[in-house]
This record gives sequence, C-alpha cells and structure tokens, in this order.
Amino acid sequence: MTGLTRRQFGIFTGASAAALTLPTYLRAQDKPRVVVIGGGAGGATVARYIAKDSDGAINVTLIDDSEMFTTCFFSNLYVGGFRSFESITHSYDTLQSSYGITKVTGRATGVDRAAKTVTMADGSTIPYDRLVVSPGIDLIWDSVEGYSEELSQTAPHAWKAGEQTKILKAGVDAIENGQQILMVAPPNPYRCPPGPYERASMMAHVLKSKGLTDAKIIILDPKDKFSKQGVFQEGWEKYYPGMIEWYGPDVHGGIESIDVKAGTVETGLDTFKGAFMNVIPAQKAGAIAAAAGLTNDSGFCPIDPTSMRSTMDEAIFVIGDACIAGDMPKSGFSANSQAKVAAMNVRADLVGSKVFPAKFANTCWSLIETDDSIKVGAQYAPGDGKIASTQGFISQMNEEDALRKANFEESVGWYAGITADMFG
Amino acid sequence: MAATGRHPAHIGMLCSLVPAIFIGILSASGFSGPARAEQAEELFKPCATCHEIGAGAKHRVGPHLDGLFGRKAGSLEDFRYSESMRAAGEAGLVWDAEALDQYLERPRDFIKGNRMSFRGMPDEDGRRALISWLETATRQAPAADPVAEQVSTSGPVSGFADIVLQMEGDPEYGEYLAGECVTCHQASGHADGIPSIVGLPKDYFVISLFEYATNVRSNDVMKLRVANLSNEEIAALAAYFSSLEPQ
Repeated sequence: MTGLTRRQFGIFTGASAAALTLPTYLRAQDKPRVVVIGGGAGGATVARYIAKDSDGAINVTLIDDSEMFTTCFFSNLYVGGFRSFESITHSYDTLQSSYGITKVTGRATGVDRAAKTVTMADGSTIPYDRLVVSPGIDLIWDSVEGYSEELSQTAPHAWKAGEQTKILKAGVDAIENGQQILMVAPPNPYRCPPGPYERASMMAHVLKSKGLTDAKIIILDPKDKFSKQGVFQEGWEKYYPGMIEWYGPDVHGGIESIDVKAGTVETGLDTFKGAFMNVIPAQKAGAIAAAAGLTNDSGFCPIDPTSMRSTMDEAIFVIGDACIAGDMPKSGFSANSQAKVAAMNVRADLVGSKVFPAKFANTCWSLIETDDSIKVGAQYAPGDGKIASTQGFISQMNEEDALRKANFEESVGWYAGITADMFG
Repeated sequence: MAATGRHPAHIGMLCSLVPAIFIGILSASGFSGPARAEQAEELFKPCATCHEIGAGAKHRVGPHLDGLFGRKAGSLEDFRYSESMRAAGEAGLVWDAEALDQYLERPRDFIKGNRMSFRGMPDEDGRRALISWLETATRQAPAADPVAEQVSTSGPVSGFADIVLQMEGDPEYGEYLAGECVTCHQASGHADGIPSIVGLPKDYFVISLFEYATNVRSNDVMKLRVANLSNEEIAALAAYFSSLEPQ
C-alpha cells in the first residue's frame, strides 16, 4: 500500500468515490490550471478570456509583480498633459472579484517545464497544465554604450510605463527655453514602432504650450526610417517648426556612446549635447522567456502562428511583445488580439472547446498635437509559416482636420475599450 | 458628412448614414460652451446612432423618438426597455422639456440602472437648444409599425446585405470573431468615443458593415475589418451582437 498516491487511495474509499462522480468543474482540485505570466495587454486579456469563456471550469492564475498596471499605450499622452497618470493606471480587482482569477503579485523567475511549475522569486512554485507567457520586453542596457539601469533614474527610457514615465515627464517639464532634449531611439524590433515619434511630438507640445519655442528635441535614430515618418514629419513642420530634429545614421554616422552625467551622445560624425536625455535601448523578450528556454537567437520567442503556441513547448503559449509575431508590430493592440487566439486554443486543449481559424488585427494611433491623431492598421492571418499581413492602411499627408480629430476621439474610445477588455 | 435637411421627414434617413466616427467626436466632447439654436440638429447626431426620428423611424439600440413629448417613460410596447426605465414610467415620469433637461444632463443619475450609454450633456444652453429642436422634430408620428417594417435595402449596399441577411449566422463563431470588435466597441455597451454595437438589430448591423465597405460610411479601421470578413462571418457577428443586451 505504500506505493499508493492520495488520489489512488481515494478510489478505495466510499465517500471519495462519490466525489469522483461530480462534474469536473465542481472538483476544484481537479480543474485544469492555467498560469499566465505578465498582466499587461496580452496577459490580462488571455486570463480574462479563459476565465470568462470557460465559466469556472478552468483555474486561472495571473502573475505580475505590480499591484496596479500602468499602460505603456497612452503614456505619451500623460507626458503631453492629455491624460492623468491615474487614468492610465488600472487595478486587477475586477479580474479577481468578477472572473475568479487568482492574482499573484510577485516575480516569476523560472519555469520547470518537465514538472510544469513556475518558480517565483520567493522560492514558491505554481503548477500549471497550460502556461501563457506574456512578459513584454526587457531592455538590453548595454546596447547603448554608457547606459545602465541605474542611469535610467536620470536619463529615463520610459519604455515600460510607471515610475519611469513620471521621471520622463518631470524632465520634460523642467526644460527651459533654449535647452535641448536628446532622444536616443531604439533599433528594430522594439515595442510600439511609432512610440518614439509620438513621444517627441508630446514633448514639443509641452514646450510649445509654455512658449518655449526655442527649446528643441533631437532624435538620434539607429534606423534610417521610421513608422508613419512622412505624416509625423509633416505634422512637426506644421505645429513645431524648428523644434524637432530627426537624424538617421546617414547624418550622425552611428550612435557610439552616451555620457549621462555630461548629457552628451557621441556619434560617428558629431557630439550632441542636451539638458535632458531619453534613452530607449534595444529590446528582447522579458527575462522569464529566456529563463524558460522559450527564446531563439533573436531574443524573442518563436510561436505557431495558428495558435500562439510556443514551438519549444506544447504546453506553453507566448503572446505580446515577447513573441515573434511575423508582420505584426509589438503593440498593446497586437498583444490583445493574440491573447484571444491563445485563449481559444488553451480552452480547446483543456476542456475541448471549439477552435476557429486564427485572425489577428492591429491599429496604432499616434497623437501629434491637440486633435491631430494619425493611425496605421492591418489585418493578419497565419501564412508562409508566420503571422502575415493580409491588408492594411495608413494615414495620409494633407488629410482634413476633421478626420484627424475623429482619429483622436477614436483613439480615446479604443483606450476605454481595450482596457475594459483587459481588466473587465 | 451629408448635408442635414431641415425637414423632419429627412432625418430618419440621415440617421442611418451619419458616420460613426463623427458621432464619436460629438459624444466625447460634450459640447461645452454656448451652443446656438442652429447647432441643435448637430447636437442630435450622437443621439442618432441609437435613436431614429421622423417618418418611418424604427427602434434601433434605443427606441424611436417620434411622439416623445407627453409620452410616459418606458411605455412603447414593442421596445425592450430596462426595468428601471419602465419603473420610472410606472412611477409617473412623462417626457416633457423639464424631465428631458434633467435626464440629458446626467442620464445615469436621473434614472439609475437605465441602459442609455450616454454620459450626459453638462452644457445647459446645449440641452435647451436640443430639447427645443426635439419638440418640433418628434411631433410627427411614425409612419408604420416600427418593428414589422424592414429596413429599406434600396441603397447601394442592398444586394450584398440581402444575401447576408438571409444567412443563418452562428453566434458561437460570432462570439469568437467579436473579440476583434470589443477591443474598441465595449462589450458592456458603454460608449466613450466609439459607438456601442451591443444589441444592434441584425439588419442595421449588416447594412452598416456594408456601408463601411462601400464608403457610404467613411472609416479606415472599419473598412479594413469588413474587407477581411466573409459573408458567413458578418452573419455570425450580426447574430451574436443582436443577441446581447447592454449592461
């Protein structure tokens, strides 16, 4: 008898035998368990959809190291003074109270894929039947020589929202006339392709609103072109003449190093000096993805485009900025879209629900100035072994004011929609 | 944007053509500042996503407004009101200029639990202008039974829409596909700059999508989404959204 597990032993006892005839969802200890790492646009959405659509038949645990979540999307609008910090910060309360999701506040440091457990920083483990990894990005600090996590307290990246966003806003708000802000833009692939350029617009908006039109924002870019470039540059000329200067590698000759204390950026052809620096380094999948062995040489996670399932492990799905999503940009909208495909496949694995063909969508709005928002969007489907773009659109130059204003109102509506879709 | 006719008979037709995007602008900005009388019809546009008015007006997400003044709240037999709206009528609420003024200022405070997804109109001048315009515009009785009458499909999208409307949509497939819609159009039926599509009648839903596809309504995001939907998928979405009730 010593070889019997507790469950095998239960079979021999009358009372427990009766319990085994209960429907699966009434035997809490037997319910399939889904663990989600990361509570952002991907993780919160996938947790909510699995909980909502399985009607309590699946136990869902959501791990995030923050009590409250500040969205990266719309954080530039906070910098520009268009949104309060509170309005872009959300709690997990409804996911717990209305959807029965267990929220664990802590940091996941490892995944034992053989034992199917997630290891937490405090040493505890959380078992799973299916794991969804949605950790977003981590910054590659040494991709910009002279930059470090410590220096980000002075020269913020603000590419993960929260305290960093506040440091950025304080820095921009302290700029005086005649001073310069230096922005070091990231190389591809990175979170939110139009983000740096919307941010420069919001910085210029703050300066211009205070009459500081002799202050400047210099963008030093390792890329020779960027998202929605023509429309952004048209807007900068219209609203902020002479205030935003963008230099690609053909002008600066390559970003070589920075000196945060001196406020300088050394490039191949010149030295740039600023009163305040915003340094956005290169990016990789959030650390847990590599710790779990889900990344490839690119630093991101390959997935099956029909399901968002990791190609490294059948019991794991990777969504959002951490995955290699083919033609889809790394955005909150994309992560939210991928979450729904993952949720459907997780439920199919665990409770046998129906699987429909995967479909994906993205739209990114960028605010240039009050009531002038531009957008880019596309539809995607699995094709050629990746998530492939099927059709798209992009804002054009010389559009009517009414259309740009409508875009802005639409983006405000989208923010309300996606955050309700994430947090309930 | 289509020019707005002065005659009430034109209004019902225009309602269904107002691009959703413009409705978004108006509902979000709330029209602060003094509103002039000639802006009243403009002020009605956000309302027109859900409420029809004039000859042939039918129920949409909200009841038609013909004959509104003097009508008991929640009293049209063929419209599914919230319990609280019916109760307000039973308790004696009759729509007149004063009641509408209070209701439109803060709909959710005036009748708690009612389903109208409109935040309210804080601007007093705007409310006065809108209500006085409504008083004239709603005087005409509906031309026909609002439920029995089919939406006219004589427009540019009639052929496409008719094909889809004859299909049996799969609401389960619709629910999955709706994941894409509810990133912007809130599943609760609340609207904060993007119109609610929860509870839209099938015919209105289908015709609207084809109007985006054919530029009768103009919006890049919607045009793209529709271009990627098969007829089966549109029918599935219409079946799903029409089965929902705003929370």
